Amino acid sequence: MNRTEALEIVKDSIARIVPDADFTRLGPDEKFRDALEMDSLDFLGFVETLIERTGLAIDENDYPALTTLSESADFLVTRAAGRAGQPPSP
Amino acid sequence: MAWERIRKDTNPRVAPNLADYAQARRAFSWQRARAELSGLPGRGGLNIAYEAVDRHIAAGNGRHTALRCIARDGTVTGVSYAGLALDTARFANILRSLGVNRGDRVFTLLGRCPELYTTVLGTLKNTSVLCPLFSAFGPDPVRQRLRLGNARVLVTTEALYRRKVADRRDQLPELEHVLFVGPVTEPLPDTVSFAELMQAASDDFTIPPTDPQDMALLHFTSGTTGTPKGAVHVHEAVVAHHATAAFALDLHPEDIYWCTADPGWVTGMSYGVIAPLTHGVTVVVDEGDYDARRWYQILAEERVSVWYTAPTAVRMLMRGTARHASTDLPQEYDLSALRFIASVGEPLNPEAVLWGQEALGLPIHDNWWQTETGCIMIANFAGTEIRPGAMGRPLPGVEAAVLERGEDGRALVTGGRVTVLHHPDAEGELALRPGWPSMFRGYLHDKVRYDAAFADGWYLTGDVARQDADGWFWFVGRADDVIKSAGHLIGPFEVESALMEHPAVAEAGVIGRPDPVAGAIVKAFVSLKPGHDPSEALERELLAFSRRRLGPAVAPREIAFDQNLPKTRSGKVMRRLLRARELGLPEGDISTLEGSA
Repeated sequence: MNRTEALEIVKDSIARIVPDADFTRLGPDEKFRDALEMDSLDFLGFVETLIERTGLAIDENDYPALTTLSESADFLVTRAAGRAGQPPSP
Repeated sequence: MAWERIRKDTNPRVAPNLADYAQARRAFSWQRARAELSGLPGRGGLNIAYEAVDRHIAAGNGRHTALRCIARDGTVTGVSYAGLALDTARFANILRSLGVNRGDRVFTLLGRCPELYTTVLGTLKNTSVLCPLFSAFGPDPVRQRLRLGNARVLVTTEALYRRKVADRRDQLPELEHVLFVGPVTEPLPDTVSFAELMQAASDDFTIPPTDPQDMALLHFTSGTTGTPKGAVHVHEAVVAHHATAAFALDLHPEDIYWCTADPGWVTGMSYGVIAPLTHGVTVVVDEGDYDARRWYQILAEERVSVWYTAPTAVRMLMRGTARHASTDLPQEYDLSALRFIASVGEPLNPEAVLWGQEALGLPIHDNWWQTETGCIMIANFAGTEIRPGAMGRPLPGVEAAVLERGEDGRALVTGGRVTVLHHPDAEGELALRPGWPSMFRGYLHDKVRYDAAFADGWYLTGDVARQDADGWFWFVGRADDVIKSAGHLIGPFEVESALMEHPAVAEAGVIGRPDPVAGAIVKAFVSLKPGHDPSEALERELLAFSRRRLGPAVAPREIAFDQNLPKTRSGKVMRRLLRARELGLPEGDISTLEGSA
C-alpha cells in the first residue's frame, strides 16, 4: 500500500460514517473527530472500516495514531509494511 | 442461562453505606434524608448549590479539592470547594447584572469543563433554572430545545454556537444572552466572553431564600410522539441526589469519584455535578472523548475510587481487551484505588458484569432510573449480592411494581384502576409510587402529557420489567417505540420528522436495531416520493442530511428503502412491525394494518 492509497482508504472510511465530509476543507493535520463531530461510536465504525478495507490488525493502542488524515495514512503505510512477507491475518 | 450470583466480601476495605437491605429500607424516610443536608442559613429554604458547595466551606472543608479537571490535552486543573464557591458566586452575580431572575432558564451547550460547574451551580445560586444540552446534538434538536425551554441565556463555545445556533438566532427571540467559554476568534453580534464577565464580577453573593419546590433543573427527554418533553425538577431533588448517591454509588467523603456521563443528560447532572459535590468528594472531570488508554490512565493516575459509567463504554472497553485474547490492557495500569463501579444507561449484560470482575478486579453494579425520576431508583448495591443482568432492587424510599399491560403494550387502566402483578417473574410495565423528592413536577408547558404519565397513583415508566421471587427487577424492553442507544433515549418521531424534510422522502419509520456495543442503533426505513429511486448515493445523502440536522447522537446510522412501509388504517407507520421484521420475530396482531380485513 502506498501513501496515496492509504489516504484514500482513510477518507473513504470517514465518508462511510460522515457521508458529506468535506475533505477540501479538512486540513491534513486537523483533528478530524472534532472537525466532523464524530462520537465514540462513529470512531469505532471508522476503525472497523479501516480493518475491513486493509485486513490490518488495529487496536486501542493504535488509536492515538488515528487523529488526523496525515497521521492515519502514515500509520496504515507503516503497519502494512510491517506486515509484508507475513501470512495475511485471518 | 442463569448466571451465578456474585457474593460480596464480608470484610470490605470500606464499610458500605448499605449493608443490610431490609434494615435500610425499614429505617429510611425522606424526612431523615432531608436532615442529612444543611438547608440555607436562617431558614432560607433549600438550594442545591448551597448543599453542593457552600455548606462544605461552612463546615471547614473549603480547601478540599472539589474538581480535578482534565483538559483534552491532558493538563489537569484542580478547583477547591472554596474556589468553586467564589466562581459560582461570580456567575450568580453575572446573571443578576444581566437581569436574569428566579425561574429564568439558563442553558448550557458545553463539554465537561470547569466552566460547566461554574454555570450550573451559579445558576442555581441565583435561583434561575439550568437546562443542559448535549453537544453532540445537531442544530435542529438544539434550537428546538432552546425554544421549547424559553432559553434566556446560553453558555456555550464559539465553535458550537457557530455550528448549531448562529444562523437561526433570529428564530429564538427569547434568547437574550450568549456567553462564550474559551477563546473567541472573532467577536459575533449579541455574544459576550464568559471569562471577561467573570473577571469583572464580584465574588460576594448571598443565595436568596429558596423554596424547596422552586424549579431548579430542566431536562429534555424524548417520547414516542411529538416534540421533546422538558422534565421539570425542583431544588428539593437534592435530598434524593444525596441519599441515592450514598446507597447506590456508596459515596464516602474521602472518595475520588468519576462519572463519565455527558452533562447534557440527566446522569451527567444528577451524578456528574450535584450528588458527588453534596458528599464533599473530589470529582474527576474529563473533557476528552472515550479512549480506552486515556480512561485507564485516568483511573490509575487520579486514584479514582468510585466510578460511574455506562454499558456502552464498558462494552467498548471489553472489545479492547477481548481482541488481545486476554485482559492485559487494564493490567498495565494500577487500578488499586478503585473499589466500586456502577453503570447506567441501558441494561448491562451479565457478560459485562463479570468482565469487570475478571479484567478490573471488581464486578460492575447496574442500576436503573430515568430523566423523570431524577435519581437512581433501582440498583445493585456495594454491600449486597449482584445478580448479573438484573437492574437490582428498589432503593430505600422507593416503591416499585410491575403492572398488567393492555393491547397497546402500556399499563392496562380500567375505570381508573391498574392491576399490580404479584406472581414472580410476571412481565409488566414498571411503575413507581410517586413521593421521592427528585420526582419530576411536570413537563414544561405540557400538562396533558404529564397527566398521561400517571394512573391510579402510579408513575408509569414506559419500561417493561419483571420481578423475581426475591425482589430483584429485570429489564425486558420498552413498552413504547422510544430507542435506547448508547445510554440515551431517542424519540423516533424527531428522527422521522427530520428525514421527511428531505425532498425525496415520502414517509419514514424509525426503530432501534440491536447492536452489541450501543445496545441499539437508530435505523430508518424510508419510502420515496415518485421520481426518486433507491440508490447507494441517495442512502448516503439521507445519512448526511439527517446527521447535519440532528447530530451524531440522534441521526440514523442505517437507512433502508421500503416502498411498502407497514401502516395502520389511519396511515401511521407501524414501528412495532418494522421492529418485528428487522428481528425476524412474529409480527403479532396485524388486524389494524392497512389493507388487512
